[in-house]
Amino acid sequence: MTTTSAPRMSKGIRGNERSAGWLFVAPVVLILGLFMLLPILMAVWVSLTAWNGQGSPFTTGVPFVGGDNYTRLFAVDNLARLNFMTSLRNNAYYVLFVVPLQTALALGLALVVNNRLLKGRDFFRTAFYFPSVTSSVAISVVFLFMFANVGAINEILAFLGIRGPQWFSDPRGVVHLFLDRIGVVDINTPPAALAEHGVLSLTWWDWTSGPSVAMCAIIALVVWTTSGTFMLMFLAALQNLPVQLDEAGMIDGANRWQRFRYVTLPQLRPTLFLVITLGLIGTWQVFDQIYVMSQGNPAKTTLTPAYLSYRTAFRDFDYGSGAAISFVLFLLIVLLALAQRWLMRDRDRPRRFRGRA
Amino acid sequence: MALTTDPRTDRASAPAPPSRRGGAFQGALASRFLGYAILIFFSLVFLYPFVIQIANSFKTEPDAAANSLSPVPQPFTADSMVRIFEGTAFPTWLGNSLLVTVIVTLSRVLLDSMAGYALSRLRFRGRGLLFAGIIALMAVPPVVLLIPKFLVLNQLGIYNSYAALIVPIMADAAGVFIMKQFFDSVPASVEEAARLDGAGVFRTFWSVVLPMARPALITLTILSFQGSWNEFPHTVVAVQDPALFTLPRGVADLVSGSLGAGTQYPLKLGVALLATIPVAIIFVVFQRYFVRGATEGAERG
Repeated sequence: MTTTSAPRMSKGIRGNERSAGWLFVAPVVLILGLFMLLPILMAVWVSLTAWNGQGSPFTTGVPFVGGDNYTRLFAVDNLARLNFMTSLRNNAYYVLFVVPLQTALALGLALVVNNRLLKGRDFFRTAFYFPSVTSSVAISVVFLFMFANVGAINEILAFLGIRGPQWFSDPRGVVHLFLDRIGVVDINTPPAALAEHGVLSLTWWDWTSGPSVAMCAIIALVVWTTSGTFMLMFLAALQNLPVQLDEAGMIDGANRWQRFRYVTLPQLRPTLFLVITLGLIGTWQVFDQIYVMSQGNPAKTTLTPAYLSYRTAFRDFDYGSGAAISFVLFLLIVLLALAQRWLMRDRDRPRRFRGRA
Repeated sequence: MALTTDPRTDRASAPAPPSRRGGAFQGALASRFLGYAILIFFSLVFLYPFVIQIANSFKTEPDAAANSLSPVPQPFTADSMVRIFEGTAFPTWLGNSLLVTVIVTLSRVLLDSMAGYALSRLRFRGRGLLFAGIIALMAVPPVVLLIPKFLVLNQLGIYNSYAALIVPIMADAAGVFIMKQFFDSVPASVEEAARLDGAGVFRTFWSVVLPMARPALITLTILSFQGSWNEFPHTVVAVQDPALFTLPRGVADLVSGSLGAGTQYPLKLGVALLATIPVAIIFVVFQRYFVRGATEGAERG
């Protein structure tokens, strides 16, 4: 701790600190213990049972199934695994799009807002940050409206001469659509080699779909809402950078791109690391937007592990499976955070540094 | 987003080089123009959805369907607002939201600052371990806790009650962390003096420490207000009785299908708008505290 052994004061002052200390932290310890720590332990138990929500899960009548809820997600070809693997695929594509996009957008906006020659920077900073502080539910409603069949987005697309899709009822994957567009495959008759074979309950064709059109609308929403917060983090970091280094680069004749790439970006590494980590952790938890906008539809293409665990427990009353999905998701997030930490640390030499996740 | 890797947007390009040659001057001018163009474009991207939301809340249904982009309702109608107050449970949700937000904010400010103070200043056994525990809890993904929280509420017999809605979020690890960091950063001399004058620990905390901690307390108040006003997933696992819904839960329920026939977008957008206004006002007034709250995270890493 920061204040280790300060000189012992007289007993009158320090004497009652021990009890006062515990008294001061007691309410917080009680609440966090009761509603964060204890729940995790209880859920570990429930994930090993087939409790259906009736009565208490801690009575002898509740069937104990051991690791079945977990193995069903991985080992057995059934609906549970199909749903779980579909949700993992959906969320993986979602992460793959959201994290680079929001990081790049946040960094780009921060660089522009940080330009000292521009007036009204405070206004722009506020404008970009505002979506981040609003209610996720309220903003989902707005995007639901904008991405409606006759909504604002399709109106803009029509203005540009593009016929917009029926966003929230279109389950086609964008990778498939792209391959179809360039003539590699026909989206209505997928190549047999991909469509007839597969792994973990999904065909190769399913695995390679990319995010569905519906998911793209949600991706747009999330990038739009979170970029502001991350922009602030980049901005705080940029304002702490010494100007001299950049000027030195200028004197050495480096152009703007070179100065950004070899002077500014390496100094932003810790912030970049933080933003990507927070992005990875956050994107694997997407729940509110799915609940409000799509409930996993169309054709399960916006189903995510977080929403699936909720649905399994509270709609299908299979609390054991729901809890098991939560824990697998928990583990996944922890592993990703650790893996990313390790990867970024390994790349300590600026030469090999890349600005992307 | 090709824009972000565009060298011309590099802020390093902005300060005009010391030499006043024409080329450099023109370059600075061009980059300034481009900077404004980008800023204005993205301001539209980030703010126009709110314009759409406000405008369409006051449109008729056919108008909203036909001209959703237009910022001007033609004709203007407050019909959806009337229906929100008379035809939905909005007043109930609003009341619940206010109740939850006030209690949670007050309690978080008090409890988090007490715990933060103790972890920073008071010496007691287990303090280091406790702080490590707080940090660990901050790392637990909230979504993972949904089913577990329901289990506890169910087991305690308070599922589907105001207690379930409020008590579990009356303290938060991040708030404790912010307060501890704050107390670590201010010298202890003033309170030491108070203590030497014979004031007890709680008395010192209440009349010396808290008044000093005003900036941190404002930040914490705002974060707690925003967090509890917008809180959604917790309400999903804490209550199911519509009479206990808060605004986000009510709006979510309304949108995902309880409304009956038609799309009724003006009404949905109107409810969402009303749910956004309080945070928007607080945001405009206390902007710098929001910014502090957001960048506090950056220093953590």
